[in-house]
Amino acid sequence: MKQDIAPTLLASPATPWRTTAWLLLPVVVLGAILALLIFGKPLERLTADAPPVEKVSIERVRLTPGLITLHIRADGSQPITIAQVQVDAAFRLFTISPPGPIGRLGTARIEIPYPWIDGEGHKIVLLSSTGAPFERTIDVARATPAWDVPTLTLLALVGVLLGVAPVATGLLAFPALGSLSTNGMRFVLALTVGLLAYLFLDTLHEGLEQAGRALERLRAQAAVWVSLLIAAGALTMIGRRGGRVPEGAALATFIALGIGLHNLGEGLAVGAAIAAGEAALATFLVIGFTIHNVSEGFGIAAPLVGRRPRLITFIGLAALAGLPAVPGVWIGAQAVSPFWMALCFGVGAGAILQVIVEVTGLIVRRDGRAALLTPASIGGVAAGLAIMYVTALFV
Amino acid sequence: MVTTSKRRLLLGAGAGAVAGAIATPAAAGLAMRSALAQAVPPASGMHGQGHGAGHGTSGGDNLVVGTVDHERNGFDPHTILTDWDVGEASTDSQGRKTREWVVTAVDKEVELAPGLMFPAWTFNGRIPGPTLRCTEGERLRVVFNNGSKHPHTMHFHGIHSWRMDGVPYAGLVQPGERFVYEFDAKPFGCHLYHCHALPLKRHIHKGMYGTFIIDPDPARHPEAAAVAESRLLGSPRNAEWQEIMICMNAFDTNFDDENEVYAANTIPFAYQQKPIRVERGRKLRIYLVNITEFDPINSFHVHGNFFDYYDHGTTLTPTSRMVDTIMQCQGQRGIIEMDWSEHEPGQYMFHAHQSEFAELGWMSHFEVV
Repeated sequence: MKQDIAPTLLASPATPWRTTAWLLLPVVVLGAILALLIFGKPLERLTADAPPVEKVSIERVRLTPGLITLHIRADGSQPITIAQVQVDAAFRLFTISPPGPIGRLGTARIEIPYPWIDGEGHKIVLLSSTGAPFERTIDVARATPAWDVPTLTLLALVGVLLGVAPVATGLLAFPALGSLSTNGMRFVLALTVGLLAYLFLDTLHEGLEQAGRALERLRAQAAVWVSLLIAAGALTMIGRRGGRVPEGAALATFIALGIGLHNLGEGLAVGAAIAAGEAALATFLVIGFTIHNVSEGFGIAAPLVGRRPRLITFIGLAALAGLPAVPGVWIGAQAVSPFWMALCFGVGAGAILQVIVEVTGLIVRRDGRAALLTPASIGGVAAGLAIMYVTALFV
Repeated sequence: MVTTSKRRLLLGAGAGAVAGAIATPAAAGLAMRSALAQAVPPASGMHGQGHGAGHGTSGGDNLVVGTVDHERNGFDPHTILTDWDVGEASTDSQGRKTREWVVTAVDKEVELAPGLMFPAWTFNGRIPGPTLRCTEGERLRVVFNNGSKHPHTMHFHGIHSWRMDGVPYAGLVQPGERFVYEFDAKPFGCHLYHCHALPLKRHIHKGMYGTFIIDPDPARHPEAAAVAESRLLGSPRNAEWQEIMICMNAFDTNFDDENEVYAANTIPFAYQQKPIRVERGRKLRIYLVNITEFDPINSFHVHGNFFDYYDHGTTLTPTSRMVDTIMQCQGQRGIIEMDWSEHEPGQYMFHAHQSEFAELGWMSHFEVV
């Protein structure tokens, strides 16, 4: 069948130049349409008197002693000029680089010398040349953590406490899992699916929330879904290359990778809390995420039951799942553009989706399709979701 | 004492863009004050060291960046201080004096702060509109041409017939049309005129207002002829005074019914960047008008001196004596009289005592010489 259809649908393989020519045709036509729109200006009557549309997103705010630094991204029907800057309802001297108007989706850095006050709130307003104000509120001003060795070490410690320690703790349950009955093991695998399902929803939610803060034209929410699907597809493809489904250490590795990307996100959250002056909250966040993440180690250990993994495997898995929290804290503390954070969460959600599919597949292969609807499976998924929800209350 | 701190360098960087402003005495003074500022505390890591920078040093950075192109605007806030528009005066056969002005409404883009363009509606292409000045008892004719795309009026504060009131039902002028407002100049005082077309807030805050001064006729006030004469423009006693007009106004640049920019005579910090020169030998009289929209009151406060105040300017004896701050509600106005004769020459600040207004542009200086 396949061989019959192929020649009729595709251009003859004997004449590749003809295929190329036919592919070029739509490109040429597209070019002609664009040229007509740009140079012919058929819509000019519609847009000539239209007032300019201006959008500016203040993507990053950095506070250093006596100085506020903003990274902004502009979007509009024409380049946007930041004419003046107000801080706390007062005009302030500032410098902008590069100077001059900011083109569509272009970025600029604004430096405002200002005696901002530690622990207090400030409000920044950028006035464009048309008088449109773009506002950013700093709820609690704290110095942005410096990018030096002592600070990075301290922040890395936060990341390790947050990511590696609880995952490793969870992995300690591995010997106990080995003594479980078939039903007990099914429950544990279903529990893993439940844990992962919670993390999936949580990561996706974070991603969409960050995406909402990005400039509209970047369509960050679509980017979250696209990166999610591409990541899930790519990881599934990699996991199943050579026609084998991932099991045992391979599956554990994929679970660790998905959880690692999730923990990168948790690191970002803690780092951002520190940068946002919520250091008191950061302690709670670390405690909460630590309790929360112990169950993750549990999930990673599940596919290894019945095998004899080496110690180094456990160490590697703990590192893979936990260490991404370290760069997460570093980056989060520096305040990153919401678009990149959204993309990162999208990839993380995709990675988790992949392992949910694979662990569910493992249950089916072990005990048959009907096993998914047994009390052990449903109870396991429900327990996994419930555990994550309850421990999330500590965060 | 004067060390080049990091902060000073930062100010220098900002001032680089304000080349025009830095040449003026005010900006030089500010730069000096800033140089005396405390040094920035050493860079801290995660734990902020109390304040981001020293206390009491921020005044020098409370400015706009760049300079306004007054030539393109077609008016200069320094000229507006004193450019009394006395119109065309004539005397009829009965000896009655008539004064006539021609005022045109113009839609115009005005640069408020440097680089900040505002789609204004104006009288004669300037904000505030021409300062119309006349003498008590004269017959006044104001020929109003509407060159704007919107209907407008000229509503004068004064005593006149309802027919000449310049409100939607009397004296509303459609685009391209004209109307002549005619009434007697009374009562003497410091008044204003503004557009009273609807929606009223929009027509006012877009820039359609100006000061309207009626000087007292000394002959009608024998009990205080000398005082009245001192207010009469062009008289010998008036020459002993230095007179200026200040219109306290504000602009809502994004039309959300809140002001983004405050000023004395439209351009924020205009008299901060270049102070108003005051001679000690002559007393200072300020015709002060508040036409700020959205904020219920505005105020005037002077440093290092006190003054007498004549609310509405309709009396020849002060309504407040020895004050250094007065407030005016929307549309209120008055006359301030100040003596600098025994002061040390130098810069004396004056501004709205609503700190927010001051920091958003209503901040000024006298250069007493």
